[in-house]
Amino acid sequence: MSLRGLTPADIFERALAGERRALGRLITFVERDAAEAEVVAEMAHTRAGNAHVIGITGSPGSGKSTLTGQLVKLLGEAGKRAAVLAVDPSSPLTGGAILGDRVRMEDVASPDTFIRSMATRGHQGGLSLAVPGVVRLLDATGYDPIVIETVGVGQVEVDIAGTADTTVVVATPGMGDSVQANKAGLLELADLFVVNKADRPGATDVRRDLDLMLDLSHVSGHDQHTGMRPEIVMTTALSGEGAPEMWDAIERHHAAIIDNGQLAARRINRDVTEVRNRLMAELESRVDDMLTRNSLTGVTEILDAVAERSLSPTAAATQLAARIKDL
Amino acid sequence: MADEASPEPQQLRVVLAKLGFDGHDRGIKIVARILRDAGMEVIYLGIRQSYKNVVNAVEQEDADAIGLSMHNASHMTLAPKMVDALAAAGLEVPVVVGGIVPDEDIEPLLEKGVAAILGPGASAEEVAQTIRDAVAAVRAEAPKA
Repeated sequence: MSLRGLTPADIFERALAGERRALGRLITFVERDAAEAEVVAEMAHTRAGNAHVIGITGSPGSGKSTLTGQLVKLLGEAGKRAAVLAVDPSSPLTGGAILGDRVRMEDVASPDTFIRSMATRGHQGGLSLAVPGVVRLLDATGYDPIVIETVGVGQVEVDIAGTADTTVVVATPGMGDSVQANKAGLLELADLFVVNKADRPGATDVRRDLDLMLDLSHVSGHDQHTGMRPEIVMTTALSGEGAPEMWDAIERHHAAIIDNGQLAARRINRDVTEVRNRLMAELESRVDDMLTRNSLTGVTEILDAVAERSLSPTAAATQLAARIKDL
Repeated sequence: MADEASPEPQQLRVVLAKLGFDGHDRGIKIVARILRDAGMEVIYLGIRQSYKNVVNAVEQEDADAIGLSMHNASHMTLAPKMVDALAAAGLEVPVVVGGIVPDEDIEPLLEKGVAAILGPGASAEEVAQTIRDAVAAVRAEAPKA
């Protein structure tokens, strides 16, 4: 019964056969970026590419978890084998985390639903670096759709739009005036808006502000990038009101991007982004290594010169950048 | 970050839950915070959980340990049942009980497979170390067969 002593390939076979503990273990490999992770990624990548990946994002407390729970409930009732990745932040001080989203989903989810909580583990941008790898695993083992719930985000955590096929941005009453709605960032990347807590005063104002923002996207030609205007759905996640309409809108978006070829383009882009993120992480750790452990000769002198104010940080960076190839 | 390259990464993942009808969740929330500050990832299930929920969470979250908070004298019944439910699912994950457990119940609980018991007054360091020790003990007794 135990997974001890099994190779990653054995565990992968078990996960393919539907053993949830095996899948849980594979996700841990990917999260730890352990030696096994590469084997797992290889096996998963050839089998993946079928699942509809849905991102749910929004500010802290906007109701992402509760909405995700409602969505998962609907999907279970529709006989779908759904998976949820719920991401919460890691402490920048200790690396610890409290992952508290599962509790709002487990009771409403069907027994077929696979729910995994993930901590960001030092990654900025609203997701963890391991998310694409975990999505690939869930996809390869037959889960569809896959719902990713991001950390509570502000304006610039836009990772999700590069990871999901359909990005849902959750807004709530009281998030600010119409100027907020026109600022650059996350709102530009939504495929669908949900105004949650629609039973509260101000919900229709939010809808109007979003509508106005979208009108201006049309004027400026912004919507040419996506080829369609995002829908706005009103929900009350606590009661489940509006959740079926949200799912319908998600499915309409999915159908539309299949039709217009965007889905294929997004997925190519997603893979490139993942390669890029991995390269950046690798580069970052080498740069850290260079700065803290002086793995290159001459670095100490340059840093000392900055400390003595005989060299500016800008000039130091330029000098060091020329040596990145030596790292 | 520093021990990224160590052969056994110690990013411990701990499921915290209260079983059945025990609504006293002040303690479990403090424990969640203590473990977070000790660098662990806490999968917080909170109150009114079933064995099934906990087993599901341990499987899907690949948890290293379970913390059960018990404040309504149900520990002699529910804690051993939790241990049995995990064994039945083939999961080698230690169960640490925290809360109000009379001294005379400690030995019987340990005999029934509970890994450790933390009472009132346990320090934050003691709580975190007990979890680490319980995980290390299970890993050490790895049946090689």
